[in-house]
Amino acid sequence: MTGFWRTTTCLALMSELSLFAAGCQREVRPFQELAVASARTQNQSPFQKNAYGTAEGKRLFDQYNCSGCHAHGGGGMGPALMDDKWIYGSEPANIFESIVEGRPNGMPAWRNKIPDQQVWELVAYVQSMIGQESIDVLPSRSDHMRYSTPENARRAQTPVQTHTP
Amino acid sequence: MRPARDYASTRFSPLDQITPQNVRQLAVKSTFSTGVLHGHEAAPIVVHNTMYIVTPWPNYVYALDLSKDGAPVKWKYEPKPLSAAQGVACCDVVNRGVVYADGAIFLNTLDNRTIALDATSGKEKWVTKLGDVNKGETITMAPLVVKDKVLVGNSGGELGVRGWLTALDSRTGTIAWRAYSTGPDKDVLIGPRFKPFYASDRGGDLGIHTWPADAWRNGGGTVWGWISYDPQLNLVYYGTSNPGPWNHEQRPGDNKWTAGVFARDADTGEAVWFYQMSPHDLWDYDGVNEPVLADLAIGGRTRKVMMRADRNGYVYVIDRTNGEVLSADPFVPITSTKGIDLKSGRPIENEELEPALGKVMRNVCPASPGGKDWQPTAYSTHTGLYYIPSNNLCMDYEGVEANYIAGTPFVGANVRMYAGPGGNRGEFIAWDPVARKKVWSIKENFPVWSGVAVTVSDVAFYGTMDGWFKAVNAKTGEELWKSKVGSGIVGQPVTYKGPDGKQYVAILAGVGGWSGAIVAGGLDPRDATAALGFVNAMPDLPQATTSGGMLYIFGLP
Repeated sequence: MTGFWRTTTCLALMSELSLFAAGCQREVRPFQELAVASARTQNQSPFQKNAYGTAEGKRLFDQYNCSGCHAHGGGGMGPALMDDKWIYGSEPANIFESIVEGRPNGMPAWRNKIPDQQVWELVAYVQSMIGQESIDVLPSRSDHMRYSTPENARRAQTPVQTHTP
Repeated sequence: MRPARDYASTRFSPLDQITPQNVRQLAVKSTFSTGVLHGHEAAPIVVHNTMYIVTPWPNYVYALDLSKDGAPVKWKYEPKPLSAAQGVACCDVVNRGVVYADGAIFLNTLDNRTIALDATSGKEKWVTKLGDVNKGETITMAPLVVKDKVLVGNSGGELGVRGWLTALDSRTGTIAWRAYSTGPDKDVLIGPRFKPFYASDRGGDLGIHTWPADAWRNGGGTVWGWISYDPQLNLVYYGTSNPGPWNHEQRPGDNKWTAGVFARDADTGEAVWFYQMSPHDLWDYDGVNEPVLADLAIGGRTRKVMMRADRNGYVYVIDRTNGEVLSADPFVPITSTKGIDLKSGRPIENEELEPALGKVMRNVCPASPGGKDWQPTAYSTHTGLYYIPSNNLCMDYEGVEANYIAGTPFVGANVRMYAGPGGNRGEFIAWDPVARKKVWSIKENFPVWSGVAVTVSDVAFYGTMDGWFKAVNAKTGEELWKSKVGSGIVGQPVTYKGPDGKQYVAILAGVGGWSGAIVAGGLDPRDATAALGFVNAMPDLPQATTSGGMLYIFGLP
């Protein structure tokens, strides 16, 4: 189900069955289980299904100048991240690798520059750009100039591995 | 010999076989695929019956034999630039051309090397590395050879690069001098000969004192545009880029010597004068546009002037002997400033639009690419008109915090651009620099991101981003002829006499550059800030054209 339809369904449920709305896709915050160091080998982001980590990733995406190259997902000097074309893979481990090791066509290596925990927050945010998260975790409207549909109102896309941007 | 044809950068050709009467008969004589996608901004140059072209990264150089049917390749040179260089090139991985002098072709690579090639064989004569991609530096400009020096400047004003112009010995490649655009006077090559016209440019070490502490080290002022040369005065002229970061609140002060134009001694590099079009630039109005040199009758006497259609939207006519601004008139709609004060030389800023952290300023015109970006103008001594390929773009602009991390962008702004008044995103303008007014113009749907060539027979050539190569009457602006090419044009037309004595016109097609980034980089228009906001103004470009570098040579039957 796409993010858009999930929102609609959820809103409909909330309005019609407001008594039961509390049970509607509630965010999970596994604070005690952030096994950051081992996450990479398990191909899981410790911040999956974690709204706080994803929102932090969105903040860090600007702070570490990711947005300088990838803009807010539309791309620029670097490729777009909000579309379905993924050059180096869309799995959490692939994205982690792209950030930490860099990629040959211009993505710098951030090893020893960004702590692993923050890299995983960035991974969670990058996945959220194409709606690869549940609606309650996806970030909503930015505090900045409106530049795109908020992440939680985008239709989820299925990433495709491709070598052309 | 060089992209601008002459040292005065007029792009004015004395060839007259192609006329307004017969230009309709122009037909494709030869084509050549460069094998490269991305923006082809270079001018083909023709020397000794050979055409030399350079592609965007990976910066292939081809020598094509014009004396043979179909212009076959004589040699190809592959400089193999670093892949990583692509990641620090702000506005597509472009190259604006090679230059010929004394049997050699001089090439700049995206990864900061200047290379001299034997023009006959394509063999390397020397290679000199001038910069470091890890600091965000690249080179995209076309070099200029003046006497025994090759002049080269760096790019990277969006990555906190410290700008410079470097002179290399054309025979050996050793660095003769380097003039920085920020920092202490000794680095900027400011000495006793420096006599700027305006008081605000006088004083010691202004390249330090007009910045917060140490901000000049990452302050931009890169030299990625065009250089002109006046042999009589022995001065070279060039402009410096925007200061970094774009967010002006992080760099209070005039930010010398960014967003201005230098006159320097061609032999020693000593600064002779400087004029700053945009002191404390607010909007990414680089000052790198080509200085076009001419002698004009102004106020009853002949003045040695420099004409510049600047990013900030004004056509400047400047006395090139001393840097005095004689006139500055808007050639596109402007809201960011309210005119140029000729007493101080400074723009009158529109204070209502002054950007602030977290505030969105709306309807700022011209947008960051300016009334005109790098795409070079032409000046015809025959019509006395100055031909300006222009942008009609405005923007919304929000200042945000910029962090300096070496090798990554240092911008600090959220920008979204859109068409300016009238809805046409570009305009091809014929300007009278003496009467200080527009004589005629042609509205174009997309920004006119190609250069111009004009001939003594009054034909002007330019191209559009949706792939039309056009010839217009240089006197009247009447469209005379057009031909559809395979990809949008962001290159520079040239005209030359072939080995058979006939006049030809050549253009590289291949959309890209900042304006064409949505196609060249496959960017996503659902994000208004993509490509520093340019994508928002170009969402329909992917329907209008596709990428692919191709040379077209046109001739009469």
